[in-house]
Amino acid sequence: MTEFELWSTVVIFGPLLASVVALSARPALLRAGLVLGSLSTLVGSAGLWRAVALYGPGRHPLGGWGQPLGIELWIDGFGVAMLAVTALVGALTSLYANSYFGDLSELSVRDSPAGRGARFFAPLWLLLWTALNGIYLSADLFNLYVTLEILGLSAAAIVTLAVSRQATVAGMRYLLVSLIGSLLYLLGVALLYVQYGTLSLEGLAAIGPSGPIPAIALAAMTVGMAAKTALFPFHAWLPPAHAGAPAPGSAILSALVVKGSFFILVRLWFSVYGGGSPEGLILLGVLGSGAILWGSILALRQVSLKRLIAYSTVAQLGYLFVMFPLLIPEPRLWNADAWTGGLLLAISHALAKAAMFLAAGNMSYAVAEDRLTSISGVAHRLPMSFFAFGVGGLSLAGLPPSAGFVGKWLLLRSAFETAHWTWIAVIAVGGLLTIAYVLKVLRYALDRDEAPEDFRPVPRRMEWAAALLALAAMALGVRALELVELLLVGGPFPW
Amino acid sequence: MNPVDLYMLAGIVITLIALYAALTRAHLFWKVLAINLMGTGVFLILLAAPSRRTPEIADPLPQAMVLTGIVVAVAATALALGIALRVIARSGLPFLPDGDEEDQGSGGSAGEASR
Repeated sequence: MTEFELWSTVVIFGPLLASVVALSARPALLRAGLVLGSLSTLVGSAGLWRAVALYGPGRHPLGGWGQPLGIELWIDGFGVAMLAVTALVGALTSLYANSYFGDLSELSVRDSPAGRGARFFAPLWLLLWTALNGIYLSADLFNLYVTLEILGLSAAAIVTLAVSRQATVAGMRYLLVSLIGSLLYLLGVALLYVQYGTLSLEGLAAIGPSGPIPAIALAAMTVGMAAKTALFPFHAWLPPAHAGAPAPGSAILSALVVKGSFFILVRLWFSVYGGGSPEGLILLGVLGSGAILWGSILALRQVSLKRLIAYSTVAQLGYLFVMFPLLIPEPRLWNADAWTGGLLLAISHALAKAAMFLAAGNMSYAVAEDRLTSISGVAHRLPMSFFAFGVGGLSLAGLPPSAGFVGKWLLLRSAFETAHWTWIAVIAVGGLLTIAYVLKVLRYALDRDEAPEDFRPVPRRMEWAAALLALAAMALGVRALELVELLLVGGPFPW
Repeated sequence: MNPVDLYMLAGIVITLIALYAALTRAHLFWKVLAINLMGTGVFLILLAAPSRRTPEIADPLPQAMVLTGIVVAVAATALALGIALRVIARSGLPFLPDGDEEDQGSGGSAGEASR
């Protein structure tokens, strides 16, 4: 058994097994599941990182059956980087969730709505984690479909763990969008199979899909994935769903789940279609720019803390699509700065956004409300959460030395090199708007006049989880070189 | 037109009609039904695919895919109906409210009043 085979098995079966363990109604087993899931993905992704750094991209034919008959896993730098950030965010969010739901874990309250959250969050989240890890290692179109559906179903279920009517409605809408998006993707898969008779990403990349049917297939898959990634103008479902979920759920949905469908889009457009069409890339870049501007403006106008952070996700996802046209400035040429910059932004957004949602969760946990006015003065009671929110927000805005800064700098450099001035303007304006809405929250939290009266103490672990994520987002900027090297293993065209 | 192409065309037409219904029908039950039908349309395309490429050999791969797809559809339908029942229990209506409910401080009560 090679290192690739060992660790890719651990990274997928660890959280799956943990999810089954966590289905048990015993609090001890719930915790054991979260620990098992976190440890297996942390160790597994570290092992895969080492293997990819030593040997380059690798593969794992499951059960010894390779493609085209069997299912193969494919391990390259992009996939491992996403696995690793998922493992870090996931482990800290699991730690947070353990305390967040912890005071409810006398499962005699199982039938109450709050008890349902405590009972079902862990198994659903571990199942979601399995699906994400599966996506990042998939080597064929149909395996991607199955993991995508597991991801969508468990994510929608997590939204409806919150009791309010709005969260239920948001979860329903999220599920419908997610199912339609998956079926559009499957439609594309079917059309590609009609044309070429293979599902293997590598096989399709070798053929180099072109012509009307593959173009329609790419369009259908892109619309489906864009809807699931909440790319402007398909973003309307995201803010109520991400803001409505319980705090650790919000962090997972905003930081990790949307990256799953983004990952598939990158694989399709670059690895399989070799860049697609230049017009299509520019269209995605324009929609991304629209997301940056419109999402930021709406974030500025929100009166609720979690809504503001959710709209910020819409805006930050826009940056990931500005990468598309910059990556292929001319046919048959790819820009390494755009590749590493765009993906570093995806990774730093995962860390920063999870920190912000967890910190916001701490603030509204303390004052039992989510309005911006109700958190006034909370900074003096929860300095560590305030720090986590601030550092996460500054990393999002791209202030040095954060990972967001390195990512934006690389993206800007690639735009300068190819003289794409429009994208430069969008990236810069988006950064200013980000600072504006982060400062809006900080200003409320720092307000000294109104110290909150009804103040529930926040468990230390919840504060630590948020602060560690924010620190990771900052520290990643200092150690970005290792990550850049990892992302270049395989690059956008691994085959 | 040979029968295989007809299957394929029917699959595409069913998928598109069902997609239209899923987007435009307001009732949640219709939406769930439409999504199921959309899946059926895609399955039809998948099943017709191998006969179009290699008419003389049976290809088991699309059948395996459709079987998996049906399992996924059952799970998705169960979850969707479960959440739909909860929407009905919370809001009294089997519809999703129009647009995004802005929670301008007043939370659910404003949305409730407008229904």
